[in-house]
Amino acid sequence: MSQDQPEDKQGMFGAHGTGDTSGYGGLVRSEVSAGSAQRPFGGYFDQVADDLERAYPDFADAIERVVVDRGELTLHIKRDRLVEVALILRDKLKFEMSMGVSGVHYPDDKNRELHAVYHLLSVTNNQRIRLEVSVPDTDPHIPSLVEVWGGSNWNERETYDMFGIIFDGHPGLTRILMPDDWQGHPQRKDYALGGIGVEYKGAVTPPPSERRSYK
Amino acid sequence: MSTYADPYASSRETTEGTVFSVTGGDWDSLVTEIGQAKEERVVVNMGPQHPSTHGVLRLVLELEGETVTEVRCGIGYLHTGIEKNIEFRNWTQGTTFVTRMDYLAPLFNEAAYCLGVEKLLGITNDVPEKANVIRVMMMEFNRISSHMVALGTGALELGALSPMIFCFREREKVLDIFEFISGLRMNMAYIRPGGVAQDLPVGAVDKILATVKDLRHSFKDNEKLLVGNSIWMKRTQGIGYLDLAGATTLGVTGPVIRATGLPLDLRKIQPYSGYENYKFDVVTADTCDVYGRFLIRINELEQSLRIIEQCAEKLKSLEGAPVMVADKKIAWPAQLAIGADGMGNSLNHIREIMGTSMESLIHHFKLVTEGFRVPAGQVYAAVESPRGELGAHCVSDGGTRPYRVHFREPSFNNLQATSAMCEGSMVADIIGAVASIDPVMGGVDR
Repeated sequence: MSQDQPEDKQGMFGAHGTGDTSGYGGLVRSEVSAGSAQRPFGGYFDQVADDLERAYPDFADAIERVVVDRGELTLHIKRDRLVEVALILRDKLKFEMSMGVSGVHYPDDKNRELHAVYHLLSVTNNQRIRLEVSVPDTDPHIPSLVEVWGGSNWNERETYDMFGIIFDGHPGLTRILMPDDWQGHPQRKDYALGGIGVEYKGAVTPPPSERRSYK
Repeated sequence: MSTYADPYASSRETTEGTVFSVTGGDWDSLVTEIGQAKEERVVVNMGPQHPSTHGVLRLVLELEGETVTEVRCGIGYLHTGIEKNIEFRNWTQGTTFVTRMDYLAPLFNEAAYCLGVEKLLGITNDVPEKANVIRVMMMEFNRISSHMVALGTGALELGALSPMIFCFREREKVLDIFEFISGLRMNMAYIRPGGVAQDLPVGAVDKILATVKDLRHSFKDNEKLLVGNSIWMKRTQGIGYLDLAGATTLGVTGPVIRATGLPLDLRKIQPYSGYENYKFDVVTADTCDVYGRFLIRINELEQSLRIIEQCAEKLKSLEGAPVMVADKKIAWPAQLAIGADGMGNSLNHIREIMGTSMESLIHHFKLVTEGFRVPAGQVYAAVESPRGELGAHCVSDGGTRPYRVHFREPSFNNLQATSAMCEGSMVADIIGAVASIDPVMGGVDR
């Protein structure tokens, strides 16, 4: 689904395909990916992009895509350029604070299954932008940003714990929320939620992951 | 160690050195034995079951005598998989999950989540004014109740018992307001995507104003107990030092960064829910220590009361105004009412869907079982919680359930500063430093 070409709206309860709205089709996940935005981006986003292009000559090579959606700017960055871009954003564009890393798993996004999303805040200019790095499931390595923003330490450990993304250069990449000997990475879409059905007077309520889906 | 074999207090040899288990009552023998060892360095596990670690925080301390040379935090003991569970419920049900993360500030969790969902839906500007005013008022009440716990338990951990009694007395008054308005004292799921769950009950504004007056009077008692108290100042001044550079790189927000002199408060710099319409000051300190953070929390109480009074003024002219978006494809259909057996579904609503309107019944059924669809995309919405920036990163795939919701929890990031604050200090000062961060483990571990 592309965000610059919104899907045809068929009402909030839109039935697609067979028109079966019983929901017994099981859990179906669809792909989420946004199209690139064209200039002008609006707001301070043009200013940020201009400053970054000026401060970083390899801009066109390092940035895969620029997305402006719902009043937020996302820069999709090649992983081998992440640290350079982050340093320039911190030192030249005054994005002093990283508000954390969150992983997202898109199993349908082939060769870009795992995304790491960084939320940056500039206190000086009162601006926010987002960096996004995508890596394949088979090679889940992203350079660590602990050297750039020290606070990324725990955030990267959490993303490793939950998604299995390996942050190269991290001073101690271990699990943080799950036990050390845990198998698997719970937030991935292929990791089952688990749970057991509950029976009451003969009727069984299935666990949440096996209930009907309306997608 | 004593000569007989005590099954509960023993020592054993490992590759890392001798490991002692302390169970209480055996302190003298333990000290004797450690005193005989050549090495000065002792590694102590503090927590996860320790009364002054704010729940289940585990601190691994490396000590040389009374000096702390290294501190490491162990977290995850309260991990409940809230972010995973949300993906299997619909968007509205998500509020009941997120409200349980940081259990001292449930309304902030709900607000951050709902602002994110509303941004995804593109209805941020359609949320009615009254809903925004109620949200702001409830959040400020929540800030007071959360700061009351921070101040009360913080003082208790440093040995001052009376402030805890006073603070919990004040907190109780705020919880009474929550119970009066939402029906619940905590984990209310009161703020919902599109507005709030229900309108204020009759007489709410008068009760709110009476409580504000009462609280303002009682806060003076708290101040008298601690502000300027020489023992308190000796335990807190110059302790847990973290300057602006350290706080910035560690992503620390809230009272901890405001104690370095930076007026970083999202309510002012990036207002949401109509915060730009209220008069209040951002409280800062320039001491970078535990005492500064304590003073900020004390002074923020008065600012919260100011905002609540302005909310009450606005609410007087908003009687009967809607508290949920007009779009019936998003607004929760069930109407709540107080019956003889307590709060439940409104009988008028049940009469309508069961007796008169088939379409209403279908609509109710579809919205409750299926939920509304949220257009695909991702957003980040942040609010200023009592502990700092609480952000919700919401991703939708266009379905009725969240694709991924990640919370940027202020406690999680702030807790990273423990090592920076404590290393090189005395053991006893760790307690004050951790208390000044005010971590809530439900939020840290989620």
